[in-house]
Amino acid sequence: MRVKRFIPLAVFALLALLLFKGLSIDPTALPAARLGQPFPDFSQPELLTEELIDASALRPGPALVNVWATWCYSCRVEHPYLLALAEQGVPIYGLNYKDDSEKARQWLADLGDPYRLNIADRDGTVGLDLGVYGAPETYVLGADGVILHRHVGVLDQAVFEQDIGQWFPALAKLGQANAPEGSAQ
Amino acid sequence: MIPEIGHLALIIAFVFATGLAVIPMWGAVRGNIAALNLAPTLAMGVLVFVSIAFAMLAISFLDDDFSVAVVAANSNSLLPPIFKFSALWGNHEGSLLLWVLILSGWMAAVSWFSQGLPRVMVARVLSVMGMIAIGFLAFSLLTSNPFERLLPNIPLDGNDLNPLLQDPGLIIHPPLLYMGYVGLSVPFAFAIAALLGGRLDASWARWSRPWTNVAWGFLSLGIMLGSWWAYYELGWGGWWFWDPVENASFMPWLMGTALVHSLAVTEKRGVFRAWTVLLAIFAFSLSLLGTFLVRSGVLTSVHAFASDPERGLFILIFLALVIGGSLLLYALRAPTVASRINYTAVSRESLLMVNNLVFTVSTIIVLLGTLFPLVMDAFSLGKYSVGPPYFNAVFVPLMALVMPFMAIGPLSRWREDSAARWLHELLVPGAVVVVFAVAVPFLFGGEFNVWIALAVLLAGWVAVGVLKDLWRRLGVGSGYGLRWQALTPSFLGMAMAHLGFAAVVMGAVVVTQLNEERDLLMEVGDVEFLGGYRFELTGLSREAGPNYMADQAVFEVTQGDQVIATLIPEKRRYFASGQMMTEAAIDASVWRDLYIALGEPIEEGAWAVRLQFKPMVRWLWLGGALIGFGALLTVADRRYRRQSTRHSAPLAEASGLAR
Repeated sequence: MRVKRFIPLAVFALLALLLFKGLSIDPTALPAARLGQPFPDFSQPELLTEELIDASALRPGPALVNVWATWCYSCRVEHPYLLALAEQGVPIYGLNYKDDSEKARQWLADLGDPYRLNIADRDGTVGLDLGVYGAPETYVLGADGVILHRHVGVLDQAVFEQDIGQWFPALAKLGQANAPEGSAQ
Repeated sequence: MIPEIGHLALIIAFVFATGLAVIPMWGAVRGNIAALNLAPTLAMGVLVFVSIAFAMLAISFLDDDFSVAVVAANSNSLLPPIFKFSALWGNHEGSLLLWVLILSGWMAAVSWFSQGLPRVMVARVLSVMGMIAIGFLAFSLLTSNPFERLLPNIPLDGNDLNPLLQDPGLIIHPPLLYMGYVGLSVPFAFAIAALLGGRLDASWARWSRPWTNVAWGFLSLGIMLGSWWAYYELGWGGWWFWDPVENASFMPWLMGTALVHSLAVTEKRGVFRAWTVLLAIFAFSLSLLGTFLVRSGVLTSVHAFASDPERGLFILIFLALVIGGSLLLYALRAPTVASRINYTAVSRESLLMVNNLVFTVSTIIVLLGTLFPLVMDAFSLGKYSVGPPYFNAVFVPLMALVMPFMAIGPLSRWREDSAARWLHELLVPGAVVVVFAVAVPFLFGGEFNVWIALAVLLAGWVAVGVLKDLWRRLGVGSGYGLRWQALTPSFLGMAMAHLGFAAVVMGAVVVTQLNEERDLLMEVGDVEFLGGYRFELTGLSREAGPNYMADQAVFEVTQGDQVIATLIPEKRRYFASGQMMTEAAIDASVWRDLYIALGEPIEEGAWAVRLQFKPMVRWLWLGGALIGFGALLTVADRRYRRQSTRHSAPLAEASGLAR
């Protein structure tokens, strides 16, 4: 009979182990639906030129694809860091997600344009194929256009050094020597 | 200077809490009366110094002292003063301080109202609460110091309070909720004290019952207000989301519901003793677990505080000590001799057991749903989120299951009753309810809806049980006049809470079934019909608020020739953060709400608008308020006051000191 009294304690011990394990998990680390696969094919206008582009425009890699929109407040926060990264030679392609193109062009004119080009994904179909969760998001594309990594949320220097820098070895040292502006945010 | 005084006061409070946890407990073991008697003084010391710390933080907020990190992150010079004050608990550090303040308030209340209880019992209870206070004060001081300064670079202005929290609902919702959460520490402390003293009898249950009812009442009110706030402030007219943070407050409520009923059995009949202790431990454990889930970043949620694994680890260790320790104590000390089963299957005891089973299973269901994503993630089985379909599918039938028993419970007799008597009492009113449930569509118009018929049936059945009980107690038809004195506060409180539960069920089912909503693009002059009302957008304007700019739309609502309301929903842009906020406009009444929220400006002069017709949605919160106030009313009962004076028995005899 006595053993029965220990059941609640045993159940709690299991629960505590689970919670402990849970602490080491980052709940924002969502798996990309397409991790390890090529960037989904698309045919959308480029934001500034209005020319139709497809996935081959996102080469050569390694490069970043940054999902952004003018309605996204955090995108404004990460924008200076993107400019700094572009300055250092990191190729960044933009996915202007569910946005008003006129406003987006104004944004780039006002705040500076870190992007090699921008996919104008007005109805969000490219984002849907990609499995976008929200803006901002940043994907790392390999030399062959395969998605290597996905980061949800604001990209800053800490994130870049920890998770993304490995794919841009030439920059890793440079980045440390000359910390990009805007990293404080 | 002010923040440093606060910080110092918090450290002194920690010293007092340590004294409270150690000295009276030592006194209880050694039989040292002087040490026992220190407990109320030490508890008062904790309250005084936590209050000073709280006041200093409040002053920092009201004075716009942006050198304090919490103030800079959560306030702004343009914020109206009342929101500067409530911004104090709109963040992790400050809300933790509120937690400790309320805990020390409960400690002071226990020492004040328990003067008639055996001193060793009071000393143990306060000591256990002191241990809890140690944990939370250490948490605050070591990982979440609210008085941390931003030196030398003092910001010129603050980041502003999250606009969602700039609302009267958020001034009172967290304090009420915490009153409930933290109040569950009182029955917990009583249970632990009883286990330590080896005295698990009816008197333990009698002492903790009023505290449990009050805590559970506040928790009910807190949850109700939270739901109401979500409804009018989040802008989409939902009232319950099964969000992890909501679940964190709902689980202790469910467990508390079981506890409130189980305590009644233990007090009156002396049975379910070990089970009731376990429920008291579970209820508070779940409120601690909720704190962990909200503050550790383990689960993502719309209103979780910023995640921080270091804090998570601290609470987890604390959780392991408190819950693990008390369950170990339970395993070692719970009564091993099963209480004599002196009741039959048809009795009030059995009915209350049904309540306990249903609410315990409901808690487990909610706990599983809340933790499932974490389990899957921990075993790398993928990312999942458990949504309303799961919770509704399991939770709704469970509530429907308990309701048939709810009506009989108050009418039933302890120990032994007969089904024939129940039938006799409830046959006629039951038949009336069945007829009414079927006839509702014919009485009020509209189509027959099986879910609404079921809701009317079950809620009506519960109401009938309460009314029949009222009828019987008053002695209507006995020929001796009405016995008003039979309506004790504890009976009235129970009746209110049961009727409130029925009202919540009615509101939930009707608004879910008959809700109408429409998303539209509207320009000035556009007209739309919904739920029999005519909505006309008559104007658009832009107004400035104290710390925001608002786009307003003016709607004239009419029904036939009658003007019902002028509703002015807003879309606000807050200066400091640049955040956009939807302020819904609501015309509320008992039978229906009309709800208008502005979406986005789509093109020149046209807005995306959501119109909603929500029948009986108010019943949810009216019912919630009835439940909460009913529970609070029960403590006015005279027998609790009698108890506390009658039990000033000699110390050693009543205390279990000798064991």
